[in-house]
Amino acid sequence: MSSHQGAAGVQEPLEVFRVLRDDGTLDPEHDPGLTTEEVVEIYRGLVLTRTLDQRLTALQRQGRIGFHVGSLGEEAAILGSTYAMRDTDWIFPCYREFGSALMRGLSLQKFLDNMFGNANDTVKGRQMPDHYTCREKRWGSISSPVGTQITQAVGFAWAAKIDGKDIATLTYFGDGATSSPEFHSGMNFAGVFKVPTVFFCRNNGWAISVPTERQTASATFAQKADAYGVVGVRVDGNDLFAVIAATRQAVERAARGEGPTLIEALTYRMGGHSTSDDPLRYRGDEQLEPWAARDPIERVRHHLTRLGAWDDEREAACIADVDARFKQAVAVAEQTPPPPLESMFEDVYESPPWHLVEQREQLIQGPRAPKSH
Amino acid sequence: MRTLRYREALREAMFEEMRRDETVFLMGEEVGFYQGAYKVSEGLLDAFGQRRVIDTPIAENGFAGVGIGAAMVGLRPVIEFMTWNFSFVAFDQIISNAAKVYQMSGGKIPLPIVFRGPTGAAKQVASQHSHSVDPFYTNIPGLWVGFPSTPRDAKGMLKTAIRTDDPVIFLEGETIYNVKGEVPDEEELIPLGKARVAREGKDCTVVAWGRPYYTALSAAELLEKEGIECEVIDPRWLRPLDMNTIIDSVSKTNRCVVVHEHWAYGGPGAEIADRVQRDGFDHLDAPILRVSNLDMPMPYASHLEELCLPTVERIARAVRQVCYREG
Ligand SMILES: Cc1ncc(C[n+]2csc(CCOP(=O)(O)OP(=O)(O)O)c2C)c(N)n1
Ligand SMILES: [Mg+2]
Repeated sequence: MSSHQGAAGVQEPLEVFRVLRDDGTLDPEHDPGLTTEEVVEIYRGLVLTRTLDQRLTALQRQGRIGFHVGSLGEEAAILGSTYAMRDTDWIFPCYREFGSALMRGLSLQKFLDNMFGNANDTVKGRQMPDHYTCREKRWGSISSPVGTQITQAVGFAWAAKIDGKDIATLTYFGDGATSSPEFHSGMNFAGVFKVPTVFFCRNNGWAISVPTERQTASATFAQKADAYGVVGVRVDGNDLFAVIAATRQAVERAARGEGPTLIEALTYRMGGHSTSDDPLRYRGDEQLEPWAARDPIERVRHHLTRLGAWDDEREAACIADVDARFKQAVAVAEQTPPPPLESMFEDVYESPPWHLVEQREQLIQGPRAPKSH
Repeated sequence: MRTLRYREALREAMFEEMRRDETVFLMGEEVGFYQGAYKVSEGLLDAFGQRRVIDTPIAENGFAGVGIGAAMVGLRPVIEFMTWNFSFVAFDQIISNAAKVYQMSGGKIPLPIVFRGPTGAAKQVASQHSHSVDPFYTNIPGLWVGFPSTPRDAKGMLKTAIRTDDPVIFLEGETIYNVKGEVPDEEELIPLGKARVAREGKDCTVVAWGRPYYTALSAAELLEKEGIECEVIDPRWLRPLDMNTIIDSVSKTNRCVVVHEHWAYGGPGAEIADRVQRDGFDHLDAPILRVSNLDMPMPYASHLEELCLPTVERIARAVRQVCYREG
């Protein structure tokens, strides 16, 4: 694997780490050594993620949900990296990683309750769709301002380290977020204090309409690690096996007390930035072609088919299963009432101050409610 | 007169000022190739090229600071925040630097810069995307703060802001970009610190700007049917405030309700109420009431969001209360 650290001077762009070859076989030197059953399990997660993306986009177009931010084309980068983390490690998400949350154990029903912002939504209808949380599965909360999760992931891992706990964090962010102050502060701090954080940069080519070459003058994002004394690696983000192997190495390094790693996963945002975006305004479909030919899910499928572990019949059954579960969960989510009025006065503080109590009473009983002061 | 949308009026202001003055340029996220996240800068890249319409990396503190540097050498930057929510990343540059450079340099370094973009709750974008930043920036000496409610004011005020030698915080209502209104054909500069009487009435003064300006006008129509005549005042500039226009009105109506889409704790809403009770005490026949956002981060669910914001019903109720028509 190509990784380098602290070398001075201008460098050649880092080599891109690959494991899954075009013929569907794995490079034996770097094969992460998963059983076929394990690969099939992850593959099902990839299909689930992509199918949900398509179904949720359709729901948004029908006006049944307000918004969706998808991960079309980035599924292997997202699921592979989450798979490589230990169960005890924490994930600090960006906003495009619902596949990661589902893999960690967020239930499909809870996910859809959030998409509809109903009374059963874990975050009580307070956040936008795709802004769920799953604390019990050690999966953080989503913050909209670009980059804020990066320093938080560093703080969490640093505190665990001081506490003597063997916990690492992985934080997701995009190529665009590397311009944010959070990226630079987080990398610097993690380098200085040898914090067990994996910085996972989904380089999907775009920050809304801004292509990577207008985001940075660096030849790669991974090389930014050098400036902070952090290990930087570039991996083919559409190669599930390479993502797993690279992330595992990063976690092992963290667990050994050797500090952080920046992983740049080369992938491509095949859809719009979100359902509110029309990418045809700034890029042509022909730009998708080379990436479509290296579709991360097709490549795993090819690998499994070669092993005789997957076929069209199983594919159809897998999608039918996702559809059935999706339909059921949507029906339940849609029938669940919206969050009750009183709920919005909760959780602003641990216990509401007098003026919030007053506002609640006035809202529920009208302006003649007794004043509390 | 022509009919323009609020967003088109803003675009015209920038277009005309950029054509008039070579030193004016626009910088921000997605302002060029994407034509602006809210299409305010549509066509400007074509008209002025990449030298003067600049797409930046996602680093608000970075381009705010770069803009301040450019203003120090005499350029007149217009810095667009995709939304004012993201200006928090640039707080230090705006508050500790833009607002203070002129004063700290002993008046040697003027800073003719405009920071602009949409503010307030849009529709269902939840807490982190729904801030009304009026209270934060109006609190800072050294900054002027404008918030137009109509297309005519949007154009005339932005032109003034660009020509002003001090830093100006220019707030645009995210939900009123599509509002249409009449804009004069000839050039108009709306002077700094001049309010506008939007509707005359003798019973109660209602001060409102941004989205609640329209909510207040609807409430005034409703109340008219009940025999209450509201005088609606749009302050236009939140710093400096035109208290003369507001006090003149209160001296006639003897009542005042301030409506604002920001939290009630401080801010221009509280400042206006404070000045009215001090400078207009003798005119008042009732306590000044304020209608504001509920005191919590904005929820996503639409029925909850609606209740958090000033509604026609809440404004009407406050007016009836100061007119002693409701307890
Ligand atoms: C501080 C801040 N500035 C701007 C935005 C608006 N915004 C949301 S996502 C985004 C692009 C992020 O691109 P990237 O980091 O590459 O992630 P991707 O969406 O490609 O996964 C921008 C500019 C924001 N949310 N926060
Ligand atoms: Mg990106």
